[in-house]
Amino acid sequence: MTGARDQILGRIRGKLGNDKRAKSEQAVTDWLAKPGVKPEINPIPARGQISGEALVDLFREMLSVAAATIDDVDDIKDVPGAVSAWLAEHNLPAEAVMSPDLCMDEIPWDDQSMLTLRRDRAQTSDAVGITPVFSAIAETGTLMMASSADTPTTLNFLPDNHIAIVRKSDIVGTYEEGWAKMRLRDPRAGDGNFMPRNVNLVTGPSRSADIDKTLFMGAHGPRRLHIVIVDDVKED
Amino acid sequence: MIPETRTFKENASKALKDENLQSALKGMEGGFVFGRLATIEKLPEYDDIRDGAVQIKKHVLENLDVYLETFEANVIKNGGEVHWCQSPEQARQKVLELCRSIDAKTVTKGKSMIGEEMDLNHFLEEHSVEPIETDLGEYIIQLADERPSHIIAPAIHKTKAQVSDLFHEHHKKYGKTERLEDPRELLEEAREILRPKYVTADVGITGANFMIAETGSTVIVTNEGNGDLTQTLAKMHIVLATPEKIAPTLEDASTLLRILARSATGQEYSVYTTFSSGPKRSEDLDGPSSYHVIILDNGRSEMVGSEFEDMLRCIKCGACLMHCPVWSTIGGHAYGWVYPGPMGSVLTPNIVGLEDSCHLPNASTFCGRCQEVCPERIPLPRMLRKHRENAYNAKLGAPIERTGIAVWAFFARHPMLYRFATGLAMKALKLMAGSKGKLRSVPLASGWTGARDLPAPEGQTFMAQYRARKQRRAGGGS
Repeated sequence: MTGARDQILGRIRGKLGNDKRAKSEQAVTDWLAKPGVKPEINPIPARGQISGEALVDLFREMLSVAAATIDDVDDIKDVPGAVSAWLAEHNLPAEAVMSPDLCMDEIPWDDQSMLTLRRDRAQTSDAVGITPVFSAIAETGTLMMASSADTPTTLNFLPDNHIAIVRKSDIVGTYEEGWAKMRLRDPRAGDGNFMPRNVNLVTGPSRSADIDKTLFMGAHGPRRLHIVIVDDVKED
Repeated sequence: MIPETRTFKENASKALKDENLQSALKGMEGGFVFGRLATIEKLPEYDDIRDGAVQIKKHVLENLDVYLETFEANVIKNGGEVHWCQSPEQARQKVLELCRSIDAKTVTKGKSMIGEEMDLNHFLEEHSVEPIETDLGEYIIQLADERPSHIIAPAIHKTKAQVSDLFHEHHKKYGKTERLEDPRELLEEAREILRPKYVTADVGITGANFMIAETGSTVIVTNEGNGDLTQTLAKMHIVLATPEKIAPTLEDASTLLRILARSATGQEYSVYTTFSSGPKRSEDLDGPSSYHVIILDNGRSEMVGSEFEDMLRCIKCGACLMHCPVWSTIGGHAYGWVYPGPMGSVLTPNIVGLEDSCHLPNASTFCGRCQEVCPERIPLPRMLRKHRENAYNAKLGAPIERTGIAVWAFFARHPMLYRFATGLAMKALKLMAGSKGKLRSVPLASGWTGARDLPAPEGQTFMAQYRARKQRRAGGGS
């Protein structure tokens, strides 16, 4: 519908002033030239501008506000045990679908011989999904998930239970820090775009208050969101 | 959709007498109003962020055509397509054409107010494509064949008993014969029925809260996750948007998102905020095979640079509805079209025409709460006044209203006469009220006294009191 395109854009340009086109082009180029935070336009809450253990504490606090649950482990090798225990505690089968991502291979899953893992995208029949995160944002207890061949989007939404493995080194203060990290992703050959097909910011389990204004978890997405925080920045 | 905005007054009277509606509206304000305040209190930078958000949107509107072209170029770079439509009719045809291109039988839909503007569901049904609303609230009103009564809580006018009845009636075909009453069980039943629909749907349609120019991404915000299942599991993802939804960068979107959830539902952040950039990549294990953005203008381009341009900054949070004494009393349907409440009363006349909607700007007490809570600081009362002025100048509205305004204007321009007349009216009312001190009915004011008594005026007129006070002050008294 080229006709409609030209008419809509032409009408907008006419309203803004045809003589101002060059100025607009410059304004847009300037605005987009320096990607990142413009302090006067994008004020960053002080809340998230912290580091170290305080940052992890804020992340924990905001996860609770978002109704996610948390497990802390001291070492990556403790993750499988923590996951198995959580599954048992919720009477769930020791079976899960997990991201094919290589970073999950650093976890000694074989230690839990009872735990069956499939490395794939999720299907509707999967009760439990296990994923890494691209970044974890302390400000609101938000997980930043980037889709890729190794981190399919369905894992974040289809299984009733979503377990996310967050390393302390994944945790940042604000969304903007997450974007800064995203901007460093290798652009795909030629197209220069660092964005994956999907970036999902996930803050707690799925919910709805559409019936009777009463809030319930598990509307369409996961009923439970469980975060295992791994201490990978031990100073001792 | 044929607007029922002309009959606003009748709609409103009906709404006031609708017991189900009144019971659903009761006490609803509390959660949203206090929830919003509580989250804002925890964010000391809230007003600075708001200022940033206003600047972002003003900058976008000043350069809108260039931003739209930039966005389009980046969508194409991502492997997607952009389709421009002037009218809802063009947009409906485009959606149908896209559906037919993959021989689509069913369409899942995330919540989209633009889809409502297009009256898309009825159109698709007429053309043998089955639309399935997946947002729980939208699903409920689809079963009821109604339109949303709130832009973010579409079924807020429905009581639990009404939802029970609807599910009972419509879920029989799935073998669900029991009438459920527990809201948790109702939610579970809807979840169970909708789940397989995501997988079998050919097309997933979502709205867009923002279109990011620098990356060609569209953004949706949900709490249920329905929008994500909708766009991830279908073969084709269609995004419905309007031109003003541009946010230049990811950081600008983050600034806007910080105020959106807090203003909308009083949450720190909505559960799912999703940025979508094109179709599934060749190496991806999931995602739609194709990605289309439909940009529907429907009158917006005419608002650019006009006295209603500020309205285009709206991020559709719904705070002005929740804080409006009129919306809270009559609900959303009485407004007669897609967008209710203060934002609707400003936007609707720009889209459907003031002639068909000249009552809407009157649906305000000018208490100013809408502007106060608007995260984009949109001067809603000023624009409502502008609509009233335009309606008066275009000789719209009932002759009696126009005469009334003309009479008042005459007196207002003659202060001496005004004071004399108000003093006289005061005495007359006092006399009529007699010893009871209140009036059951007043000529020409039955609209007011129909539902309550008018207390008789006491003491002196304001101007008389003011003069007396001034004299006392001048005399050295306190």
